[in-house]
Amino acid sequence: MKTNWNNSHYIFLDSPLLSGLLLLSGVGLIVLYSAGGQDWDLIIRQVVRIAIGFTLMIVLAQIRIQHLKQWIPWVYLVGVLLLFAVLAIGEISKGSQRWLDLGVVRFQPSELMKLTVPLMVIWYLADKPLPPNYTRLSIALMLIVLPVLLIAKQPDLGTAILIAASGIFVLFLAGLQWQLIIKVVALTPVALWVLWQFMHDYQKTRVLTLFDPEKNASTSGYHIIQSKIAIGSGGLYGKGWLNGTQSHLEFLPERSTDFIFAVLSEEFGLLGVLLLLSIYMFILTRGTYIALQAQGTFSRLLAGSIILTFFVYIMVNMGMVSGILPVVGVPLPLISYGGTSIVTLMASFGLLMAVHIHRPLLSN
Amino acid sequence: MLQKRPRFILKDTVNEAKIFKNRIIIAWFCMLIGIAVIVTRLYILQIINHSNYTKLSENNYIKVLPLPPTRGLIYDRRGVLLAGNRIAYSLQVVPEKVNNIKHMLSQLNKVIPLSEDDVARFMKLLKQKRSFEAIPLRFNLNEDEVARFSVQRHRFPGLDISSELTRYYPLGATGVHVVGYVGRINEQELKEIDPVNYHGSNYIGKIGIEKFYEPELHGQAGFQHVESNVQGRILRILERKPAVSGQNLYLNVDMALQAYIEELVKNEHASVVAIEPETGAVLAMVSTPGYDPNLFVQGISSKDYASLRDSQARPLFNRAIRGQYPPGSTVKAFVGLAGLEYGVRAEHSSTWCRGWYRLKGQEHKYRDWKKSGHGSMNLYHAIEQSCDVYFYDIAHDLGIDRLHEFMTRFKFGQKTGIDLSGELTGLMPSREWKLRTRKREWYAGDTVITGIGQGFSLATPLQLAVATATLANRGQYKEPRLAFALDNPDTGEMKTVVTTPQPPIVLKQQHFWDIAISGMEAVVHNGRGTAKHIGRRSRYRFAGKTGTAQVVSIKQEESYNANKLSKKNHDHALFIAFAPLSNPQIAVAVIIENGGSGGRTAAPIAKKVMDAYLLPKTPLTKYQTPPAYENELEQ
Repeated sequence: MKTNWNNSHYIFLDSPLLSGLLLLSGVGLIVLYSAGGQDWDLIIRQVVRIAIGFTLMIVLAQIRIQHLKQWIPWVYLVGVLLLFAVLAIGEISKGSQRWLDLGVVRFQPSELMKLTVPLMVIWYLADKPLPPNYTRLSIALMLIVLPVLLIAKQPDLGTAILIAASGIFVLFLAGLQWQLIIKVVALTPVALWVLWQFMHDYQKTRVLTLFDPEKNASTSGYHIIQSKIAIGSGGLYGKGWLNGTQSHLEFLPERSTDFIFAVLSEEFGLLGVLLLLSIYMFILTRGTYIALQAQGTFSRLLAGSIILTFFVYIMVNMGMVSGILPVVGVPLPLISYGGTSIVTLMASFGLLMAVHIHRPLLSN
Repeated sequence: MLQKRPRFILKDTVNEAKIFKNRIIIAWFCMLIGIAVIVTRLYILQIINHSNYTKLSENNYIKVLPLPPTRGLIYDRRGVLLAGNRIAYSLQVVPEKVNNIKHMLSQLNKVIPLSEDDVARFMKLLKQKRSFEAIPLRFNLNEDEVARFSVQRHRFPGLDISSELTRYYPLGATGVHVVGYVGRINEQELKEIDPVNYHGSNYIGKIGIEKFYEPELHGQAGFQHVESNVQGRILRILERKPAVSGQNLYLNVDMALQAYIEELVKNEHASVVAIEPETGAVLAMVSTPGYDPNLFVQGISSKDYASLRDSQARPLFNRAIRGQYPPGSTVKAFVGLAGLEYGVRAEHSSTWCRGWYRLKGQEHKYRDWKKSGHGSMNLYHAIEQSCDVYFYDIAHDLGIDRLHEFMTRFKFGQKTGIDLSGELTGLMPSREWKLRTRKREWYAGDTVITGIGQGFSLATPLQLAVATATLANRGQYKEPRLAFALDNPDTGEMKTVVTTPQPPIVLKQQHFWDIAISGMEAVVHNGRGTAKHIGRRSRYRFAGKTGTAQVVSIKQEESYNANKLSKKNHDHALFIAFAPLSNPQIAVAVIIENGGSGGRTAAPIAKKVMDAYLLPKTPLTKYQTPPAYENELEQ
């Protein structure tokens, strides 16, 4: 399906996707206004970020994917080097080294890698026969594992897992053989055990807390307990906008960032949650549709991996806030307060639009 | 370098597109499943467990704060304040805000002196309480200490001064055995009290009036539901139920009389109880020595407590209700009444006293206090001169069963029912009692000495006063009462403390009372009376009876010689009396431990008590606290 914009010579955009994202940002600002304690400064800062994100998205949507391709390995290389740099000279904040101070702005290279890693794998695999053979699969895995290890070492396990996931999605979409997938799934317990051995104590505690939050009620379990109370007490209709006691009386930690979903659940109830999930599902479905329509291996894999990564963000954040996944610092896409994640997300949607808009109208 | 060289690779584009479509559709279904999982999870939290989480949420932000009631004040019958409330300052520590407890303690000691007890109690609480809970370190800071700490406060994070209403006894030791004291609620009491009502209360009546009237004095706690944030800051009050103040209590006790008596016997281990016969009102209840109840309010130091507990004088012991003494000859008028009532003696029938009494077929001589004997004795003279032989004989003729039954009517061996807890019963022995406790059967000789209040017989000073009042009332028994009225400070409503009416003791002839009473009149007003010296110049007529209770038994052929015995083996001196004869207004019982002869030691004190109470020119004015005193303390 082609959009009205498609043949326009001014600006190329995918209007359903744009509507979905605008709607999502609007909902996000309404919730953030409450979660942030009705702080207009906070809202303005977030609006500015969203504006930057949308601008970036629009700009990227105009670019032909083919033109982008040649830059990918360079960006990847720079990204890996920056990750090394972070470990060497990065700033320590909240016990982990994630930031590079570039004088003007502080910069989180791992954020850059969220988009770059899947792009790199796609770049590597796209013009070769698929599904990849073992040699190419090994190289692709190396491309994923290297940055993931560097990020996990910071330590930022959440981002590392998300990046690993986005890379693996590419392999899945590239047609990785089912026998292999089954073998990998079978080996997962072993892999988890190995991972466990390498985890920091605080990370282990987070995982253990998931299974028994009351045990660590005053420390690590506090987040989960308070978050579940916020969600549960919201009920079907919620306590009403600006009336959430858990958030407004400050029982809920990180309420404007990672745990904003709990604020929405408390104030708007299950109905509000269903509305938000509908918007997300709409965006995911539209993304899937774009992926289905995409022409050429590169475009297809790009669209597919972007949409799957977006989905994983939603799952991990909601799963953590509702207490079915361990607490890893993952923001809720376009709702949580915070700059870099919005920019990265909007950039990926820009690429998704580019895939759709600039697809050859006739298959070759 | 990274620019890829074009290579010839065979790509099956159609198949790749097919696989991709497959995979992306699978992925879409996975997303659908993922969203469904989230919806299910949210359904469980928000719908199924909604009420549970709502409760948890409310527990988070709605706190119930107790509003402790103000404890009722205690006044004497003239409105003198005996127990009041005043603001006391204490130093509280929140351990988690203190970096180094030891260092803090040593630094603080330079600003506010800390005793070893303070530190020991603090360290003990430190282990029990959670680190964010405030723990008291020092109680009862004076103004000077509060000021000094306030200046240095910045040096002590986590420390704060808190103020609360605490109990204060302006008269100190005076009347302590009546009023008692409050103290911090201990673990035992915690199990017994209503936790809701005592949620905000720190003190509870431990002994005396403070304990007996605890529910009335304490009042009903109120509460407020408040909304607070995570730091516990109160944001608004949602609901409020004010506390109902404790009721003020007015006592029957005249503290001026009490103080006067305490002064009279201050060097003795003694007890004096004075009762208004008509009402049962306790006018004074003295037990010396006493102690300062203020020591106990904030928790007494272990050193102070040890010295009180281990003192030979037993200051903590309330002799008036818990001291059990052989009543001795004070029981003779009552035994005489029993003889009349059961017809074993007529008014004028007489017995020959030759200085000793012997049961038929037994060698043992029961001696009279007068070796030479009293000669011919009727009841009147036997009471007047306290002839032992006459009462040995009566008791023997009555037998223990009838004697026990009759004496019990006067509450000997029974609780009087006074409004104090911990009252002991004394002992009026019986066959059944001896078999039960001594595993021996009752001997006739036991009855004989019971007739003069010796042997197994025991009575408390209160019992003697109550029995004397009953005698003065000619049988009308009035339960002794310390409290007179309760005054509701919120409504101003006064409510008299009522007693359960008791059936009077009815004798076969009303005239019997007159015989016994006239015998007691003779004790103080006749020339051969055992306490004639105190009645000689009396401005009113009254009745009395001396008693001298043996502490150690004297062997058959020995005689009592005070000089040979250590003070603690000296006889107890007893005296009971009521006055005026025609219209009794006061009944008194006096016991001086190891005081020797009742007539010589105890009787003059009883007379002074009655004089002070009855005569217009009284020494009591000296002991009356000016009303201004109470206003200052009441606040």
